[in-house]
Amino acid sequence: MKFKTFAAFVGPSIFLMLLFIAAPLISVFMQSFYVTQPIFETVEVETCTPGFPTQTCVTETKTQPVLGDDGKIVTAVKYVGLESYVNVLEPDRAWAALSALDFRALLTIDFWKALRFTLTFTLVTLPLVIGVGLVIAVTVNNATRMIRGPIIFVSLLPFIITPVIGALSIRWLFIGDGIMTAFLEWWLARDIAMFAQGWTIELLMMFYRVWHVAPFAFVVFYAGLQTVNQDTLESAVIDGASRWERLRYVIIPHLMPLIVFISLIHLMDSYRVFEEIVGFSSQAYRISLQWLTYDLLTPDDSGNRSISRASASAMLTMIGIVVLLVPLLRKTWRDHKGGKV
Amino acid sequence: MSLPKSMQQPMALRLSSAGFLAFWCLLAAFPIFWIAVMSFKDPVDAFASNPLDVVFGPETVATGRGLSIVSIVVGLAALWYTFRLATTTLPRLVKQFSPPHLIVPGWIIGALVFALGFLIVFAGILPPLLSAVNSVLGPIGEPILGLTTEHYSAVWFENAFYENFINSLIITVGVVTVSLTVGTLAGYGLARSGSSLAFWILIIALIFRALPHSVLVAGYLPPFINSAEILRPLLGDAAPTLYGKPWAVIAVLVSINQPFTIWMLRSFFQNIPNELDEAARVDGCTHFQAFRWVIMPVMWPGVITTGLFSFLLAYNDYLVCSLLLDAQNQTMVPAIAGYFNRETTTTDQVEAVAAAVSIIAPLFLLIMIFQRQIVSGLTAGAVKG
Repeated sequence: MKFKTFAAFVGPSIFLMLLFIAAPLISVFMQSFYVTQPIFETVEVETCTPGFPTQTCVTETKTQPVLGDDGKIVTAVKYVGLESYVNVLEPDRAWAALSALDFRALLTIDFWKALRFTLTFTLVTLPLVIGVGLVIAVTVNNATRMIRGPIIFVSLLPFIITPVIGALSIRWLFIGDGIMTAFLEWWLARDIAMFAQGWTIELLMMFYRVWHVAPFAFVVFYAGLQTVNQDTLESAVIDGASRWERLRYVIIPHLMPLIVFISLIHLMDSYRVFEEIVGFSSQAYRISLQWLTYDLLTPDDSGNRSISRASASAMLTMIGIVVLLVPLLRKTWRDHKGGKV
Repeated sequence: MSLPKSMQQPMALRLSSAGFLAFWCLLAAFPIFWIAVMSFKDPVDAFASNPLDVVFGPETVATGRGLSIVSIVVGLAALWYTFRLATTTLPRLVKQFSPPHLIVPGWIIGALVFALGFLIVFAGILPPLLSAVNSVLGPIGEPILGLTTEHYSAVWFENAFYENFINSLIITVGVVTVSLTVGTLAGYGLARSGSSLAFWILIIALIFRALPHSVLVAGYLPPFINSAEILRPLLGDAAPTLYGKPWAVIAVLVSINQPFTIWMLRSFFQNIPNELDEAARVDGCTHFQAFRWVIMPVMWPGVITTGLFSFLLAYNDYLVCSLLLDAQNQTMVPAIAGYFNRETTTTDQVEAVAAAVSIIAPLFLLIMIFQRQIVSGLTAGAVKG
């Protein structure tokens, strides 16, 4: 295919990605070094109130924003260097907490709290998703053909429903005297309040994520199981391999590329954990990196968005995902150089 | 088919795997089933701590709203018939009445007509008919299962949820259409070009897919809010403010979706043998004509699957819509958050549940109709590694 034809086919897509992905990235990078602030002036204001026998007048100095000709507040853009990053990371407090080995203090800083949660969340759910997906795939593959269709249908439900709603649906089971809380209280004979402390919410969020992603892993593994070489399996049987050994030495190595694929997708997706925080309203206890940026971008009570700090936190989030992806990219690059695309 | 003895499963293994599957199905379906049940009950019943109260809804029955045995039987029969219709008759009718190159619009129209028919039968025809029948039947006509649709009417009509629904519809239709148009072109180009450039484009797309959406939105917000001033030198006074406009969000979501779309469509295009377009080229077609008249007609399965995933991305999106749209143009999923801000009474909570179930209902229908496409789509790229 000639380059010109190739460009005509791929052009629109590249244009969109450059305009709406690459350009915003550059602009986020720039924004994180600048702060937009309203210009303030100090004026002396004399206010007089009616009084008897004379008016009471008070003169006070006031700081007020400068209004432009159009009646809007005049703002100035100022280069602040790494100040926004410092505001997000708070290195002094973080270092003090670290050197005192006081992790509680470290976790009072939003960014470190978010980083801690995001990484724990990603790393704990990863093996669970792969394990649960694999077990479902193997059992469905063993089941009779007739019930496979309905099982796949039911399994797809958690995967397909809107993540916020999925999280909400689990929240409603546990909140207050929700049906599951009532059941647990009856079973354990003690009072339970799932949403009164951080760690139970964190557990529920992880449970939700595994519930949501395991079907995806299941479907992919299930497709992989259809292509397992039956001859190899039979020869393993003849060699006297037990069921467990066949799984361990024949099936899992065959599925290895798929396990890597699922891990990658899961790594990308759970690093940007966000909907759980909205669904479980856990922001008072647990926040994620993406939620931190979202929160900074949301207008506060006076309608201001802290764009600069949001940009700094967005850049830091991005650095994190790039670090996680580097091993994969290096492997792809080596494969490409080896002529195996 | 008889398996050799060594391949047969021992009884214990069969039982435990069947037990596990039953447990998994329960786990997968229960939360969704439960909120669906809750959404039809009085608040007292919906938040009762006794599960039987939630299911049967004694308070709801006490206020005179409920289903009798006859209604349940008729309703279940109607549901079963609907399911049969959706899985057998609907696909046949769509295939019969839509010309091959218009199969996707045919499906969309078919699904919409079907959903409308379902609503008319279940909300318009069945209730008055059954209440007339129940009143003559005596004891088996007495309501035993509490059921009220008042939360749904409160959500959809009093709280104007239909406006959010229309916004969601605009965004999803826009995203799916543009994504597929741009994506099929790029996917074809990338699949047929073995150059290094194509490889790098795919790798960069992979990195773009990993980016958290909040990073991108942080880049959009200032230019979008000030876009009228930025664009004025170029467009004059007609320069629009991009913030809050559905079409601006469509462009953003299409771009975010592009990396995934081109990866997926590329793997589908690679399954179509190269000889097909070579033959067309020998017959005198240009690359574009070969793409349009020879490749596209055999690409529909891939396009439908990718379209489904684009639909899910746009329909389920919370972050981009809630930050880039203003309150008047909000889509359904972020609008749910509004229910929590005014969640003061239990009635509000049940209304939030009803709104949530309303959002899920179309997705449920979607899996029912397109289950096979979703599964083949998930496995298409993955299995080949």
